[in-house]
Amino acid sequence: MPSLQSLISSFLAAVLLLASSLAVAVPEIQHWRTANAVPVYFIPARELPMVDAQILFNAGSVRDNGKPGLAKLTNALLEEGAGDWSANDIADRLDRVGARFSASSWRDSAVLSLRSLADPRYLQPAVETVARLLKEPAFAPDAMERVRQQMLTAIQERAQSPGAIAQDAFFKALYGNHPYATLPEGTAASLNALTRADLQDFHRRHYTAANAVVAIVGDLDRPAAESLANALVGGLPKGEPIPPPPPVPDVPASQTIRIPHPSSQSHILIGQTGVSRADPDYYALYLGNHVLGGNGLVSQLSQEIREKRGLAYGAYSAFSPMRQAGPFLMNLQTRNDQVDTALEVAQTTLREFTAKGPEAQMLEEARQNITGGFALDIAGNGKLVNYLGSIAFYGLPLDYLQNFIGVMNNISLEQVKSAWQRRVQPDRLITVIVGGPAAPAASTPPGAPGA
Amino acid sequence: MRKNRLVVLAFWLTASPLAALAAAPVHEFTLDNGLKILVRQDHRAPVVVSQVWYKVGSSYEPSGLTGISHLLEHLMFKGTPDTPGGEFSRLIAANGGDENAFTSRDYTAYFQTLEKERLELSFRLEADRMRHLLLKPEDVTKEAQVVAEERRLRTEDQPEALTHERFQAAAYITSPYRNPIIGWMQDIESIRPDDLRHWYQQWYAPNNATLIVVGDVDPAKVRELAEKHFGPLPTSELTPPRPVAEIPQQGERRITVKTPAEVPYVMLGYKAPTLKTAAEEWEPYALDVLDSILDGGNSGRISRNLIRGSQVAAAAGTGYSPTSRLEELFMLVGNPAPGRTNAELEQALRAEVAKLREELISSEELARVIAQVTAADVYQQDSLFYQGMRLGILETIGLGWNKLDDYVQRIQAVTPEQVRKVARKYLTDDRLTVAMLEPLPLEGRRPAAPGAMTDHTLR
Repeated sequence: MPSLQSLISSFLAAVLLLASSLAVAVPEIQHWRTANAVPVYFIPARELPMVDAQILFNAGSVRDNGKPGLAKLTNALLEEGAGDWSANDIADRLDRVGARFSASSWRDSAVLSLRSLADPRYLQPAVETVARLLKEPAFAPDAMERVRQQMLTAIQERAQSPGAIAQDAFFKALYGNHPYATLPEGTAASLNALTRADLQDFHRRHYTAANAVVAIVGDLDRPAAESLANALVGGLPKGEPIPPPPPVPDVPASQTIRIPHPSSQSHILIGQTGVSRADPDYYALYLGNHVLGGNGLVSQLSQEIREKRGLAYGAYSAFSPMRQAGPFLMNLQTRNDQVDTALEVAQTTLREFTAKGPEAQMLEEARQNITGGFALDIAGNGKLVNYLGSIAFYGLPLDYLQNFIGVMNNISLEQVKSAWQRRVQPDRLITVIVGGPAAPAASTPPGAPGA
Repeated sequence: MRKNRLVVLAFWLTASPLAALAAAPVHEFTLDNGLKILVRQDHRAPVVVSQVWYKVGSSYEPSGLTGISHLLEHLMFKGTPDTPGGEFSRLIAANGGDENAFTSRDYTAYFQTLEKERLELSFRLEADRMRHLLLKPEDVTKEAQVVAEERRLRTEDQPEALTHERFQAAAYITSPYRNPIIGWMQDIESIRPDDLRHWYQQWYAPNNATLIVVGDVDPAKVRELAEKHFGPLPTSELTPPRPVAEIPQQGERRITVKTPAEVPYVMLGYKAPTLKTAAEEWEPYALDVLDSILDGGNSGRISRNLIRGSQVAAAAGTGYSPTSRLEELFMLVGNPAPGRTNAELEQALRAEVAKLREELISSEELARVIAQVTAADVYQQDSLFYQGMRLGILETIGLGWNKLDDYVQRIQAVTPEQVRKVARKYLTDDRLTVAMLEPLPLEGRRPAAPGAMTDHTLR
C-alpha cells in the first residue's frame, strides 16, 4: 500500500505533467520610437475600456550628485504646478476625468504612471495634463517649500520605524560612497540645502527624450497608441543621454551593526551585493532564491524560522536587481530576546544552502511555481504595464516575456549551485539589527521589559 | 476663462456619463449542504481565482477570545489527516499557484490563484480543510508565537497602528469593533486548542461559507467540481451571532496615546451607518460621496485646503466603509505639518466637517466624484482578485452579492442636499471620538521595569 507521501507525489506528478503541456499565451510587445526618439513599448489589451501608461526617466536618486533628495523632490514637484496651472488646476484636470496619476522616484528611475478610461473624452485631457507637467513644471517656491516639509515629515517617520532604520543602515553600509548608499528622500540637512535652481537644473538635464521610455497597455489600436505616446513625450527636448551609474564597490568585509530602538521586536537584515539587471547569473540566482526565501511559507528560510520555530511572522530573501548591482537581502523580525537564535538560524540556512545547493525536488517545485505562476504574474493590465515598464527602462529584449519560461526551464541544478557559490559569500555579510535596548540583546533575560 | 471651461466639462460629464461597463454576469448555485457558489467569467487570461469566505471574524468573538478567528486562519495551513502540515502551501506553490488568507472583523477568507486547469486542486484542498482540520496542540503553541510576532510587527512597534487600535477601543463600548482583529496579546497567548476546535466546529461548515470563482472557467464545470469536492461535507447547526449593536454615544470622547515616535498623528471618527445598518438606503451612498468630496484624489478638499491651502497637514485623509456588518466610523486622520500641532489639525478637520453641515457641495465637485466612481468601476475589473473580493464581502455580511450592481447609478443619484443631510445627521460632535498620538522621545524611554509602564503602551 503506497504511503500518503507517495500518493501526494504521484498526484503532484500528474498535475505537473498536465501543467507542462499547457502553453501560456504571452502577449507580444510592439516597439517603436516617437519622432523625438523616445522608445515606446506597447501591448494592446482590448477587453476593458481603459489605458495604463508609464513614463520612466533615468532620473532616480543615483543622479543626486551629492545633493541627496534632489531627484525625489524634483519628481514630487511635477504635479504641483506647470506653466500657468497651479497644483489645484492639475488635480482638477486629472480628477474630473477619473484619471489616476502618480509620480514616484527610486534609486534608478523616476516613474510617472497614468491610468485612464480609453474614451478620448477622458483620456485626452489627462494625457495633455501629464505632458505639460513633464515639460513645463513650475517649481513654484511656495510649492517647493511645502513639499520639502512633507518630505521632512516622511524622513521623521522613518526614524520611528525600526524596519526603515534597518533598511537605511544596510544601504549605507553596503554601498559606502556609491550613490546607491543614500536614501532617495535625502536627509533633513540635504533637503534644506536644495534650491529652486537645483531642481530646475535637474529637470532640464534628466526629463528629456534621451532619458525617457514609455510603456503602454490598454484598449488602443496601434495608431492610437502612437499618438498617445507622442502626446505624452513628443514635446520633450532631445537632451543628452545620462551615463549609467558607476559600478558598485566590492562586497565589503563582514560587519554587524546594532542600533537600539524602543521596539518590542528587532528587525534583522542580512545581506551583501547582489546582481545588476543585466547580470547573466541573475536567473539562476533568482531560481535558487525561490528555494531559499523567495516563495513564501514554502521556502527554506520561512520553514526554519517560522514554521519550525515560530520565531517570526515573516522571513524572506530576495535579489533586487538594479542598473548596477542591487542588494541580496534576507529579512526577518523577531522578539528582542530571540535575536541571537534567529540570526544563527538564518546564517546557517544561507551557509548550508550555498554550500550544498538546493535539493533536486525543491528546485523543481520552485521552478514549477515560477513557470506555472507566470500566467498569473501577467494577468491584468496593471501587472503587465509594470513588467513592460521594467523591460523598457532596463532595455531588456522584446521577447523577454516569451522567453521567460524557457529560460527558467533550462537552468540546471548545477548552474544554480555554481552561480550561488560564485556570487554569494556567506562569510562576508552585512548584518543590521535594529531594536531593543542599547545593551546587546543577548544580555536581556526573557520576559524582561523590552523582551 | 478656466472657470468656464470647468463648468462646460462638468456639464458633459453629468449629462452623458459613460455607461457603466457591465461586468460579466454572476452564476449562482447552492449545494444541498448549503454551500453557496458564485462564478464570474473573465477570459482575459488562462487564470482563475478561487476564494472560500466564512461568515466569521473578530466581530463574532467574545471577550477573552479576541483574535481567535485570525489564529484559526493561521492554523488552517497546519494540516488535516489527508494533507499533512505544510502540504497545502507546498502543493499550491508547486502548481504555480499563489495563495493566502485574510481575517477581518466580519469575515475570514482563503484564496488561491492558479492556472485555470488546476482549479480542482484548490477545491480538493479547501474542501478537505473545511471539515477536517487537525489543530494539533504543538501547532497551536507555535502559531500563537508567530501571531504574537505579527502583532509586534504590525501594531505594537508602529505608533500610528497602535494609536488606531486604542482609538477603536475608545470609540466603541458594546460593539465588538472595539477589539483588534489580531486580538489582544494576552488572548493570543492564552487561547487553548479546545477553544480553537470549538470555534472551528462552530463556524467552518458549508452552510456558513461562500465559494467564489472568478476567471477563465465554465460555470457548469465549476459546479460539477464543487459538487464532487464540497458536496459530501456535512453541515453544522449554526447559532446566530449574539446581539452586538453599539449603544448610542452621548457626547464626544477623547484619548491620548503616548508612545516613542517622531511624528504626531490625530484621528477623528464619527459613528456612521453602513449599507447594512442605515435607516435610509441612500444614506451610505451620500456618505460615500461625502468621503470623496473630502479625499477623492488630489482635488479633494483635504488636499486642496489642508495640505496645500493652510498647510496645516503634512498628510491627511478620510475613510468610510459602507460594507461593514455593524455601525462604522467615518474617519478623518492626519499628521500635522512640521511646526503645526495635532490640535490645529483637529480644528482644521472639524472645520471641513462643519462646512459640509452648513453648505451644499458644488455641482463641479459632485461631477468630479461621479467621473471618478464611473472610472473606478472599470478599473476594478482589471483585477480578478478584487472582483471576487467584492462579491465575497457583500455576500458574507448578508447584503447579497448583487447589492452594489447598481453602485454607479446610486452614486449618480446622490444630491448635494443629501450630502448635507448625512453630514448634519451623523458628523456631529456628540458622535465623535478623537485620538491623538503624542510622541515620546525615541531615546531612553524604554521603561526600566514593568511597574514603569504606562497604560498607554503594551510594552
